[in-house]
Amino acid sequence: MKLQKILLPAAALVALPVTGFAQDDAATVGADEFVWIMNSLLFLIGGFLVFFMAAGFAMLEGGLVRSKNVAMQMTKNVGLFSIAAIMYWLIGYNLMYPLGDWAIEGYFSGLFPSVGVLEAVGITLADADDAAYASTGSDYIFQLMFCAATASIVSGALAERIKLWPFLIFSAVLTGFIYPLTASWTWGGGWLSEAGFSDFAGSTIVHACGAAAALAGAIVLGPRIGKYKDGKVNPMPGSNLALATLGMFILWLGWFGFNGGSQLAMGTVGDIADVSRIFSNTNMAAASGAVTALILTQILYKKVDLTMVLNGALAGLVSITAEPLAPTLFGALWIGAIGSGIVVFTIPLLDKLKIDDVVGAIPVHGFAGIWGTIAVIFYGDASLGTQLLGIVAIVGSVFVLALIMWLILKAVVGIRVGEEEEINGLDMAELGMEAYPEFSKG
Amino acid sequence: MKFIIATIKPFKLEEVREALTEIGVRGMMVTEIKGFGSQSGHTEIYRGAEYAVNFVPKIKLEIVVSADMADQVIEAITKTARTGKIGDGKIFVLDAQQAIRVRTGETDGDAL
Repeated sequence: MKLQKILLPAAALVALPVTGFAQDDAATVGADEFVWIMNSLLFLIGGFLVFFMAAGFAMLEGGLVRSKNVAMQMTKNVGLFSIAAIMYWLIGYNLMYPLGDWAIEGYFSGLFPSVGVLEAVGITLADADDAAYASTGSDYIFQLMFCAATASIVSGALAERIKLWPFLIFSAVLTGFIYPLTASWTWGGGWLSEAGFSDFAGSTIVHACGAAAALAGAIVLGPRIGKYKDGKVNPMPGSNLALATLGMFILWLGWFGFNGGSQLAMGTVGDIADVSRIFSNTNMAAASGAVTALILTQILYKKVDLTMVLNGALAGLVSITAEPLAPTLFGALWIGAIGSGIVVFTIPLLDKLKIDDVVGAIPVHGFAGIWGTIAVIFYGDASLGTQLLGIVAIVGSVFVLALIMWLILKAVVGIRVGEEEEINGLDMAELGMEAYPEFSKG
Repeated sequence: MKFIIATIKPFKLEEVREALTEIGVRGMMVTEIKGFGSQSGHTEIYRGAEYAVNFVPKIKLEIVVSADMADQVIEAITKTARTGKIGDGKIFVLDAQQAIRVRTGETDGDAL
């Protein structure tokens, strides 16, 4: 009986579009409506999964910074996410999706486009902004989460030494202008999409963008005090590897929404089958990334390095993001494995260059992101030349714009805390509170 | 009375305590310490960068016993704490001049 209760409305839902016997107009779900509803549902599910990645970034970074900076790292994460949410409404959303309304055709949709506006309350499909796509609110919330992710990438790399407010100002510029601008070139129907650049869920558009902004920041900011001394690298072990591991798993979970939602449609058998392929490939790439880092660190260092394994799993995820649909499971396995290998080898390389990236954000999101974007050519529909063009254009532009922004902030307000503040920890120096007061000495 | 200070590897603490109570030692002080001796630290790798662990975690025991028991205590510690590998620790023996039990005011041998 209970089963029947559930089955009956479901049967009606399926039967109605076919038979067309619409007795009550309000309850009718036609084929077009069904597709529109399912697409919107995909964005909503994807949206809250990608939202949860904000928690993943926060935990990963909180675990990999020293305990004296944990409260500050949490403050930056909640601050940047909330600022991104406001900036994306104010400027970013319509800057990124000009819907053909460009100030400079294909490149730039105007410095101050209108704010994001939702559809009216209780619309029918006829009133929808895009009847063939999904509800504006679902698209808006989904795309906003991607925008916030770019700023999260930056906060990890620059941890433990950057001042709070300059960082938040930068986050506002990144999420309001820089990311939406470079993302509009592909996802807004701009010149890169015309050129055939292919980046499914944003290995380059989102991840390498965040990494490029982080790299510019790390160069301007300089390394933490004592990190590089007398030609030697001094490790500064993280405060809580359990939190860092939780963060990695949360990001892994969120990535199903990140990549799966980027199918942008769920209203047909083909689309939901594709979303399923994407989930499976995404998972495989993360797993192979983790296993690769396990094996590589055992061979290279004689002991497994957990922090590298966390980075390896994330590198696998970033690598598959540019083309999570077309590869076979074996394809996802080797693409993720190479991404992880790149990260294991480039983390020490950045240290050699004295670029202090606290959580490995630049290798994970930048180098693995570039690799993933190139790897599209093996299974997807893209040429190497176009992929390289897109990578150079986006990473180069973001790097230059971010560098200018960091230099301005450095000149005007200063971006780095004083030596004493840095050594005592940003928690007490900038916040006057600690993440773990019970363990402090005083 | 002898005041015996011994440093041992942390994982040997329980074994050493059992051996000492068996021969009649009725009290000891235990502290978690860090230090270096001939083992003089070792290196570890974090995120691809090698770093030195200059101070190795050890356990410090402080025991006061009557002079005639000192050799037995030293023997019990060396026997149980020895692994044969570098870093097993050291024992120092000093003369203790006075001992007082706070509760009763008993002194020296009676206070131990």
